[in-house]
Parts: sequence; C-alpha cells; structure tokens
Amino acid sequence: MAEQNLFLTELLGLDVFDLRGRRIGVVKDAAIVPLVDPSRVDRFLVGGGYAWLSVGYDQVRTIGLDGIHLKDEQLKPYHSDEYVLRLVRDLLDQQIIDAQGRKVVRITDVTFDIKRSNGHENDQLWVLEVDIGVRSIFRRMVQGVLPRRWIRRLQGPIPPNSIGWEFCNILESDPQRRLRLNISNKLLEEMHPADLAEIVENLSPDDREAIFETIDSEVAADTLSEVDRDIQTSILESLETEKAAEIVEEMAPDEAADALAELEAEHSQEILDEMDEEPKEDIQELLEFAEDTAGGMMNTEYIALGPGRTVADAAAEMRENGDKFDTANTVFLIDADGRLTGAIPVARLLTAVPSTKLAELIQDKPIHAPLTETQDRVTEMFDKYNVLTLPVVDEEGRLAGVITADDIITVLRQR
Amino acid sequence: MIKRFRYHIAIFFSVIGPGFITAVVDNDAGGILTYSQAGSKYGYQPLWTLIPITVLLIVTQEMCSRMGAVTGKGLSDLIREEFGLRTTFVMMVVLVLANLTNVMANFAGIAGSLELFHVTRYISVPLGGLLVWLLIVKGSYENVEKIFLFACIVYVAYIVSGFLVEPNWKQAAIDSVRPHLQFDAEYISMLIAMVGTSIAPWMQFYLQSAVVEKGITAKEYNESRIEVIVGCIVMSVIAFFIIVACAGGIWKNGPRDIVNAADAAEGLKPFGKYAYALFAIGLLNASLFAACIQPLSTAYTVCESLGFESGVNRRFSEAPIFYWLFTGLIVVGGGVILIPGFPLVKMILFSQVINGVLLPFILIYMTILINKHRVMKEWVNSRFYNLVAWASVALMIGLTVALVVISFRDLLNPAGS
Repeated sequence: MAEQNLFLTELLGLDVFDLRGRRIGVVKDAAIVPLVDPSRVDRFLVGGGYAWLSVGYDQVRTIGLDGIHLKDEQLKPYHSDEYVLRLVRDLLDQQIIDAQGRKVVRITDVTFDIKRSNGHENDQLWVLEVDIGVRSIFRRMVQGVLPRRWIRRLQGPIPPNSIGWEFCNILESDPQRRLRLNISNKLLEEMHPADLAEIVENLSPDDREAIFETIDSEVAADTLSEVDRDIQTSILESLETEKAAEIVEEMAPDEAADALAELEAEHSQEILDEMDEEPKEDIQELLEFAEDTAGGMMNTEYIALGPGRTVADAAAEMRENGDKFDTANTVFLIDADGRLTGAIPVARLLTAVPSTKLAELIQDKPIHAPLTETQDRVTEMFDKYNVLTLPVVDEEGRLAGVITADDIITVLRQR
Repeated sequence: MIKRFRYHIAIFFSVIGPGFITAVVDNDAGGILTYSQAGSKYGYQPLWTLIPITVLLIVTQEMCSRMGAVTGKGLSDLIREEFGLRTTFVMMVVLVLANLTNVMANFAGIAGSLELFHVTRYISVPLGGLLVWLLIVKGSYENVEKIFLFACIVYVAYIVSGFLVEPNWKQAAIDSVRPHLQFDAEYISMLIAMVGTSIAPWMQFYLQSAVVEKGITAKEYNESRIEVIVGCIVMSVIAFFIIVACAGGIWKNGPRDIVNAADAAEGLKPFGKYAYALFAIGLLNASLFAACIQPLSTAYTVCESLGFESGVNRRFSEAPIFYWLFTGLIVVGGGVILIPGFPLVKMILFSQVINGVLLPFILIYMTILINKHRVMKEWVNSRFYNLVAWASVALMIGLTVALVVISFRDLLNPAGS
C-alpha cells in the first residue's frame, strides 16, 4: 500500500531513478520556494555524481519509501538560489516559533503529505507539519541504521509531537533574505503581546532584532513594554534609531520613559529627536523624575475635565480618545489653573444622568501623591486607600499624571 | 570621563556572576581532592602548574562566554545547529554520564566533610540532596545566583586555613614561578590530574548558558571578559591556598597519600580546630555548591539541545524530562554514596576517564564554532588568538588523553604499580 506521509529523514538518502529505472543518485535536500507556494516542495536536490542535480516537482512521477521515480530526464545541475528555503540546511535543527503553542521550538524532523494525482502520474510532497520531541529524535537517530519500514513500526508506540506548518513562524535574521523568502511575522502580530514578549526573551539578540524590525509598531510597542528590562534595553539599542523612535512613540509615556532611562544618554536623545512633538514632550517631562518616585512611576495619559463640565462631556471625551485609555477607570476634575479638585470613578458616570454637572458627583477630596513621593509610600497608599488610580500633583497642586494599579503590580512583582 | 568610568563599573557589576561562579565551582570536591593530594605528597613543588592552568582556563572560558554574548545561544544549541542532531545526542549521553559521576564525587564530599563534624552520611546526604533539590525548584535565577555568589565567598575559608598552618611562604612563592619537573610517573600523573580537573566539560556548557541567561550581549562583552578572567584567577588563588595548606600542614610532617579530601582536613588537626574546621567547611560548601549547579546545568543543556521543555519556571507536567533528569542525577548521585561498599574511588577514576574522553570533542567543536563567521560575525578569533586557542586545545587534549590512559590503567589495576 502506498504511504500517505513521508518524513524528511526518510526522504534523505532515498534513491532516485530515471525513466528506465536506473538509479541516478540519492536525495540530499529538498527546497520550497515560498514566493510560489509556502508548503509545496518545489525541487529535490539529488547528489550522486560530481555535482548535485535539481529535480523540479513536475519532473517526478512517483514518490514512495522505495524511491523516487522520475518522468523527465532534463535535469539541471543545482546551483544555490536565493529564493529557496532548503529544508535540511535552513530548517532542520533550527529554531522556529510555534505561534499556536506560543513557544520557541527546535525542529527535529518534517512531515510531508504525499499528494497523489491519479492519472497525472505526478506525486507531490507538501509540508504538513514539523516534528519535535522524542519520536522524531528516535527517528533521526536510527535513520540509516535500520530499514525505513522497521523504523516506522518501532516508533509506533511513541506519542508524536508536531506543529502544523501553518502555525510555524520561521526565524530569519537577515532582512533581505527574509524578504526574498517571503517570511512574514504575521502570526506573531496576532499573538498576545505578553506571550510574544516571553518568546522574544528566549531568542537570540539577532532574532529579537529581526522581529522588532518587521512587526507592526503598535504590536512591537505593546510587546516591548512586557519584556524584561535588560532585554528591553538591548533591543532598543540594536534597532535603527528611526524604528526605535516609531516603537517608543506607541508605548505608554511612563513605560517609554522607563525604557529610555536605561539607555545611554546620547542614544536616548537620538531616539527622542526622531519622535513626534507630543509624545516626545510627555516622555521628556517624565524623564526628569527619578524612577522610584511618584513622578517617575506616573503616566501622563489621563482624562481630566475643567470646571462646569457634565457627565455627557466626560463620555464624549472618553469616546474621542478611546484607544488611548484602555485602562482608564477614573475621570479627574481640575479647576481653571489645572489644580486637582476631584476624582470620579467611571462606573459612577455610567449610572448618572448625562446632564449632571461632574462637580456634583464628587464625594471627598481625592487621595493624591506629590511628584516626589517615594515608591514605597505610593504602594502603601494603594493598599491603604484601595484606589485603582492615584493622581499625582506638582507643588502647586496641579494634576501632573496618574499611577495605575498595573504599575503597582509590576513594582511588587519585581521585589 | 568619571561618568564614563562609573558607567563601566556599573556594567561590570551587572555582568558579574557567570564567569565567577563557573571558575569557582571548578574547585569542587574532585578538584579539592586533587589539590590536597598534590600538596600532601609533593609539598610546594606542584604550585608552578597553577599559572599555566590559569592561562588554559582563561582561554577556554573566554571563548565560551564570547560565544554566549555574541550569539545569545547556549553551546549545546550551537553544536546542534552546526553539527546536527546525531553528534549532539551522543555528546549529551556522555555528558549526562560524566556529570552523574561528578555529582557522585560531590555527594561524597558532602558526606565526608560532615562526618568530620560527626554527622552520619545517612543524614547528611539525604538532607543535602533535599536542600539542593529545593534550591533548584523553588529559587529564582536572581536569588539562586546571589546564594551562589555568597557560596563563592565561603571559599575564603581555604585562604584562612592556609594562613593558620603557617606554611613556608618563601618556598611557596619560589615554587609558584619555578617549574619543577621530576621524571617520576606518579608526580607526572599528579600534574596531569591537576590540569585535567581544572577544565571540565560541564563548565563550558554552564558558562555559556549562564552568560546567555544573564542577558549579556556583545556590547557588554568587554566587562564580561574581565569578569571571566578575574574568576579564573580567583579559582587559582584558592587552589594555591589548598595546596599550601596541605603542604604546610601535612607534607611538612612527612609526605603521604591521602584518599579523600576529608583526610586532608583531618591532617590539619594539629594546627588547631580552626584550620581543621575551616578546611572541612570549605569542602562542604564546595560540594554542596557543585551538587546544585551540575545537575541543573546538565538538565538545561540536554533539554535545550534536544528540544525538550526546560526551566524551573515551568510546571512538572510541562517539562517532565527536565525535572526527571536533574532529580534523577541528584537521587542516583547521592544514593550510591549510601550503598555500603560502593567502589567510590573507582567511580572517581571512571569519572576522570569519561570527562577526559568528552573534553577534546567539546574543545574542538568550540574552536571550530568560534571561527565560523556566520555564527560569530566580527567576533571570530583573531589569527594570533586562534594560534593560542588551538595550542591550548592541543595541549589539553594531550594531557587529557594521558590522564585517561593513567586513570584507565588504575581502574583496571586497582592495586597500583
């Protein structure tokens, strides 16, 4: 019976026969051309005589465990081609990202689906999944030692461990080659930034850089915020200044300031120079404060409304800046000079009549911290007053920024 | 200028750890035994070997840490990527075996040192094993590294006990720089053993992974290189004091053979209970320390190169092979010490053979890897450095082969010549 699947380890060393059944060599490697098709094996590299030959997928009649039979004799010598991804050279034993399992894995073997086209006499190999784990290690270790069919039988009891080809994100640190091979990082952009951050931490510096250079700036910013501080610094250092500025612009100002504070002064200035005016000013202000004070911990993205405004105004304000304030749960009131006069939880706005004046909803004088308050005291205040958002005010009582509970959790986790 | 200087100091302290810990753990129970034997039997004469040992150690360790910093990958990962699965797999099997015997030697060190304080091994070994296991499973990398760095400080015990025995400092100083060779098979094999224990296979894997784990990059590499060199020098200084303590304490009253490191501590008894206790505490510390690092490093190396989940932050069900591997190493490594009549001395000889068989391959692969432009980019060895590296590798291989032959002979013929 003809096989449904073939493993890359089985393919290697498989005899190749010409039209008259003469053996012309053995398979040394197989290649896909991602620009044409991301999973069909486009050509087989066959070694036998002096040079390797390149056998196109359309020159093959049948593929099986006993060998590959050709239907065409016009074989070209193999010379390296920049547009091919060679499975043995470029994939086997290398790391890829499993976007579904959210981890970095090392490929031990590749499983192909043999597509048989009845009548056409043109069997094709399509990459189905990549194999990791004990079963594929066993297969590789004994390949060439035992006959292929024995190995299939012996590996039976070992549970397989494979990742679908469509979930594999290939790593390639050379930007030009990545382009030629049509390697995208789309799969990574769909992952949760926190998961992606964990993956990035496990990669080599070159691969990290390659990822941050290609993925969408917004995803990159979210991911960078989640990455360990040391690695964050090394990523920002390795990126082109323009790209770094693009990513930092998308980060929350407090996170951005913390990240830039770790860089050498000249470099962080270079990045700041590349940025747009608005986020740049916010970050520069934050950079003035020591990291372990309220000023250094705070974020400058908050919702504050002047005197005389209503609930409806607050709602409109939030709608307008919705994307910026994912975590906003408090609306602040300020007087004509910008001094903090009150804080209203968003939940209370929902239950209030839209025409109500915000000032009427204020209950007590809001809890707040001065810019110079220490990190310890700030965490204590969160615990003591059970607040989710703590406003920070300058010497004259003007609202300067807010500290949110997620900042505090990060601080506590780092202890 | 001052600001710049301070910046570099800050980086130096942020990269401290990997090189220092690796070099110091190098003086594990096996190392201490070898140095004690050298001092007890030949006095100050073997001291001169420490300078070439330091150079060899620096050359190999520097290459590992450079590879870690530049590629951000462990040594076993690089070997797998460049030399394939089969090579890696065989190497990992031998590494597990070699490290298992290392762990045994260290549990023997724990048992021996605590027996000097009248604690039976049936209590000390299980407790030690449990302590090691808990430290690995419950500790985070930062915390564990702090504990390890503290353990490095405990090595000062050897320096103090070196002073307490009031050795002949003048002689020690002269013999440190004046090579002394005598054509006596036992003397030569002692010298080879000293070099052999100082550069072990597991260290190369551990150091490179630790550099990666610490997040040291090519940019901070200069500071990291200094750290590695300082670590190697500290290791030699400690070895110096161990030899001096045994020379001044034991050899002076008549050269003799000792069979285990606890023996050496016993020999220092006439110099007061402090010299004795400090030597024993040093041994306990070194053994515990190495018994922590070796199983953990083995499990990481094997799992990462073969693609199994690893890391103490994973749950048991997520990384079963990782947990089984280091737990197995601890349980088996400690367990055999409790078997009455277990041929431990033979085991340690076997350990030297197997470490010696593995080391040449690792050194050769390392030197090939570090010369691959694709892997190291502009950080490949310079031509001069390459000369030094290959010469060191060749010398190490020669000495190791000699050590293997000698150990193998002793293994087959325990009665000796």
